[in-house]
Amino acid sequence: MYKDKPEISLEALLAGNQAEFSRMVNTFSGSIYRMAVYMLADTADAEDVLQNTFLKAFQHLKEFEGRSHLSTWLYRIAANEALMMIRKRRPEVSRVDLQNQDQDDHDYTPVQLTDWCCLPEQELLSTESRAVLDQAVQRLPEILRIVFILRDLQGLSIQQTSQVLNLTGSAVKTRLLRARLRLREDLSGYFGQQVTGKAEKGMKHD
Amino acid sequence: MTEHEHTKCQSLLVYLSEYVDGDLSRDLCDEIENHLAECRDCHVVMVTLRKTISLYHAAAAGQADVPGIVRERLFHTLDLDTYLRD
Repeated sequence: MYKDKPEISLEALLAGNQAEFSRMVNTFSGSIYRMAVYMLADTADAEDVLQNTFLKAFQHLKEFEGRSHLSTWLYRIAANEALMMIRKRRPEVSRVDLQNQDQDDHDYTPVQLTDWCCLPEQELLSTESRAVLDQAVQRLPEILRIVFILRDLQGLSIQQTSQVLNLTGSAVKTRLLRARLRLREDLSGYFGQQVTGKAEKGMKHD
Repeated sequence: MTEHEHTKCQSLLVYLSEYVDGDLSRDLCDEIENHLAECRDCHVVMVTLRKTISLYHAAAAGQADVPGIVRERLFHTLDLDTYLRD
């Protein structure tokens, strides 16, 4: 998911080699588009993010010094584009502050305590369940959502995620924990009801 | 959460995500596993957290690639139409 393979030649990109730029687009467009769809839940907005990411990459290629992976640099542009899109949608939020807001301890207290792991896999991954999974991601605050998407849905490491978002590794870990616990609560609310429903049905049949 | 050592549940909870990822030291893993063995609530939180993550991984693995029309418009915007069929 997160591999600079086949290796893109930075030299060729800087020399204005269009075939190499096109190879870069082919290599990374899938990951960037999926990240944007998850982030924005809107394919038209995700397409704008995808286009703007490569337009900006093309414009600013000379500023890329090769200190990070090309994929990290592209993800960084794409993440910023997606966050800007969110700000545009909700102008009352002046800026999505990625550097702050790590102080909400309430997220740490689990409330839903039903074990729903026993549900069959086809129920857990049914079309309806997948919609519940997607909605739960959308309910995450942006600063948690972007970390969860990069780490768990795009498969980046903690280090890669921290490089993309310019955060410390420990800030990424904290946000990932908060995101995952929130998602667990949401999913437990939904799947827990199914377990309870089945148990009640079983008792009626007895 | 249950009444026993409530503070321990909270203090170990912050490590649960890294525990599920297998990123913790053996000592800390042992401490967590000892607690999970005696605390049903924390055990449920751990297994449902692990399941939550695995469901998202499974859902992400099945995600489609960029739709053809989106890729076409992207290449057109970037003035790369010549390379569209590559």
